[in-house]
Amino acid sequence: MEKRVTFKGWLLPLCLIAPQVLISAVFFFYPAGQAVWQSLFIPDPFGLSSQFVGLGNFEYLLGDPYYRASFVTTAVFSTLVTLASMIPALFLAVMADRLVKSAGTYRTLLIWPYAVAPAIAGVLWMFMFNTRVGVVSWYLGQLGYDWNHVLNGTEAMGLVVAASAWGRISYNFLFFFAALQAVPRSIIEAAAIDGARFWRRFFTIVLPLLSPTTFFLLVVNIVYAFFETFGVIHTITAGGPQQSTTILVYKVFSDGFVSQDLGSSAAQSVILLVVVGLLTVLQFKYIEKRVHY
Amino acid sequence: MATVTFDNIKKRFGPTEVIKGVSLDVADGEFIVIVGPSGCGKSTLLRMVAGLETITEGELRIGNRRANDLEPMDRDIAMVFQNYALYPHMSVAQNMGYGLRIAGLPKAEIAAKVQDAAKLLQLTELLDRKPRQLSGGQRQRVAMGRAIVRAPSVFLFDEPLSNLDAKLRVQMRLEIRELQAKLGITSLYVTHDQVEAMTMADRMIVMNAGRAEQIGTPLDVYERPATLFAAQFIGSPSMNVLEGEGREGALWLGAARLPNPTGHRGPVMLGLRPEHLVPDPEGPIAMQVQLAEPLGANTLLHGKLETGQGFTASLPGVHTVAHGGEILRLGIKPENMHLFDRATGLRLG
Amino acid sequence: MAREITGMVERRGAGLWLTHLCMIAGVLVIFFPIWLAFVASTVTQPEIVRPPMPLWPGDQLIENYTAALFSGVNVPVLTMLGNSLVMAVGIAVGKIIISLTSAFAIVYFRFPGRNMFFWLIFLTLMLPVEVRIVPTYEVIAGFGMLNSYQGLIFPLVASATATFLFRQFFLTIPDELAEAARVDGASPMQFFRDILLPMSRTNIAALFVILFIYGWNQYLWPLLITTDPSMNTIVMGIRQMFPSGDDVADWPVIMATSILAMIPPVVVVISMQKLFIRGLVDSEK
Repeated sequence: MEKRVTFKGWLLPLCLIAPQVLISAVFFFYPAGQAVWQSLFIPDPFGLSSQFVGLGNFEYLLGDPYYRASFVTTAVFSTLVTLASMIPALFLAVMADRLVKSAGTYRTLLIWPYAVAPAIAGVLWMFMFNTRVGVVSWYLGQLGYDWNHVLNGTEAMGLVVAASAWGRISYNFLFFFAALQAVPRSIIEAAAIDGARFWRRFFTIVLPLLSPTTFFLLVVNIVYAFFETFGVIHTITAGGPQQSTTILVYKVFSDGFVSQDLGSSAAQSVILLVVVGLLTVLQFKYIEKRVHY
Repeated sequence: MATVTFDNIKKRFGPTEVIKGVSLDVADGEFIVIVGPSGCGKSTLLRMVAGLETITEGELRIGNRRANDLEPMDRDIAMVFQNYALYPHMSVAQNMGYGLRIAGLPKAEIAAKVQDAAKLLQLTELLDRKPRQLSGGQRQRVAMGRAIVRAPSVFLFDEPLSNLDAKLRVQMRLEIRELQAKLGITSLYVTHDQVEAMTMADRMIVMNAGRAEQIGTPLDVYERPATLFAAQFIGSPSMNVLEGEGREGALWLGAARLPNPTGHRGPVMLGLRPEHLVPDPEGPIAMQVQLAEPLGANTLLHGKLETGQGFTASLPGVHTVAHGGEILRLGIKPENMHLFDRATGLRLG
Repeated sequence: MAREITGMVERRGAGLWLTHLCMIAGVLVIFFPIWLAFVASTVTQPEIVRPPMPLWPGDQLIENYTAALFSGVNVPVLTMLGNSLVMAVGIAVGKIIISLTSAFAIVYFRFPGRNMFFWLIFLTLMLPVEVRIVPTYEVIAGFGMLNSYQGLIFPLVASATATFLFRQFFLTIPDELAEAARVDGASPMQFFRDILLPMSRTNIAALFVILFIYGWNQYLWPLLITTDPSMNTIVMGIRQMFPSGDDVADWPVIMATSILAMIPPVVVVISMQKLFIRGLVDSEK
């Protein structure tokens, strides 16, 4: 789409666009280029020189069992976060949609956690399940279950998933609720007259109509789980125990800043870049689809 | 107040020529209507006068000053847009005064001018409202007001009434014409509605495919259409056009023999306005009537000729059609027959 | 009308109450972590370390919050709140300004390199800061911007999302408005200031809400570049309040800080709920 009218001149628009282009160049393209460049080198242990290794860093990474494990961890983590945030959100949205008058009040109460930073969410959940002072872990202990996410990798994963999904429920709820409100009432009424009961209607009529929203949220939540949950992991488990919660983004950080393995960290950045690229393409496919809808 | 001169104006978008050379002298205070079907280039022509489109070739003069390269603001024009283009966040008064504010006029002077224009358009009560609080007709008036306030030499109207309902359109048509007559400002008015063109214009330009088919007063165009296109575009219901053959002393439509007003020989196109047909038992035209549309004052009869061609006649008073279709014989005066060249569509005689 | 009819079909006795019950249960579960943090911020340390801690607020609210705000653990929370505010507002305002002007340039002008710049901006959509942290850190270090507001703000300011949002919005503004402004004699910048900006007010406000929360909730970036506690933002500062090793954390103060860290974004979200939802839906489209 283009405007029919445009203003004349080229200096003014260049000045107008310059700040964004400059900032993008300095803080986006240069670092991204650097990441690609560094991924081709291995610096010596003293950081005095570096040796060109071509795709060596990538080869090493793909052969590294820890990195491969991190891929699996990321896949499990993002799948669980996506499911654990979308299913409750959809359920709550369907319930809220049935309550015409009080839906607004519930919405106001439910959007709170969205405003809570992932890192804070991490602190809150870590507090609840803290092995020494946590209320939930204490009551679990009373029931005979010995909760210890510091030692047990499965429990650690469960906890970071819960903390990551928690704030996301609000976000998904808002989108599902808006989509439900947009379903034409006449369609629901037609189905009701056809004799379909509530849940039958929900699965045969409403859910298919929600599919664009569902697909969109699927992609957005995967992106969230990949890139924005760093704070949760860092506050609760710091990737442990035994790397059982080290997702890819966390590994870029820990290899780059904690272990100072710059070549490997850069190569990991490049791989993540490819992942983001694919997800973005997916997202645009969705936008295209919706245009034709 | 100014004259406007188009000297062989052309417009090309890339390789396509959308205005193929229009020349016209607009007198001071004249009301010119540019009329034509959508896509004929009428809006482009107006926008070239406004300075919103560049002129590819030819010269435009406003008040004897070459205007081709002037910015819109320097052309001393004002424009009323089809969708009014009111700034949604500004009040009526702010909308009307924006151009003056840009020009750097003192506040008091702007307020006074806005007040005057508002009074003229009966907008005084609405000056503090926002555009969304106004009805369609009121918005139309504000758009007019914005144009008037600047006291331009030329008014440009781009289909200003097309978003209004039929009744309001008739009323605004009169208001615009009265106002223009009162202010005496040269005006160019674009419309696709031939009734607006007929009722408002001092002179009209009938445009088709980037060309001016005819320039003349409404009655001129109605009575002596220069081309087949102008003949069919102006007049409602539109003119019947039939293939005929001119011979010595007569014009043949199949087997029907009509007088030949021009004496032209050979194949021609014959145009007959429905309202010029009269019932005549001896008439040469035999129409099989299929449908009657009573409009009260007159009746439109639709049917076929013996040649199978569709045909429409408009007769005064009430006519009913017998079921199954009766044959009606019609006549026409020679001076009401329009002959056109079959190849070029140009008027003959 | 239609909704009410559906309501008549649906909202009957037990079903209605069941629905309310589900909603209330959902709200309670969602709220529980926040409630617990609030309770912990109102009791004493011994009450927490001897589990189970109480589930009802105690009487230490003022003491704990005062301790957090004015002494904190490494640095007073008030300082961190100030840093977060500067960062969040800086990011939001910065993004809005550069996005508005670049969207204006892209939509209303034709100039050499326009398409190239458009695609360059578009590409930044695909580069979250997490992906390029090491080189970006090096750039900031090279500029000497570690432990500075510039360093906190600049790398997060450029984002294609806001530019696209404004571009979309500008494209929906009728062409005639710009034409009318030209006929009225407005220069490009006058059109921008008098027409475009006021018309974008709602979009700007909605975007501000989203970007403020985005900036406030940043964690990794401030963690990397603020080594000086007095430059810590509150969201990353909380993690620094946990002692290393086996020392016991000062839970009441940490939880009071958590609550304080939540308040500004929560207030913004709740008080500007309509704008927020609109901004969310718009910016994710």
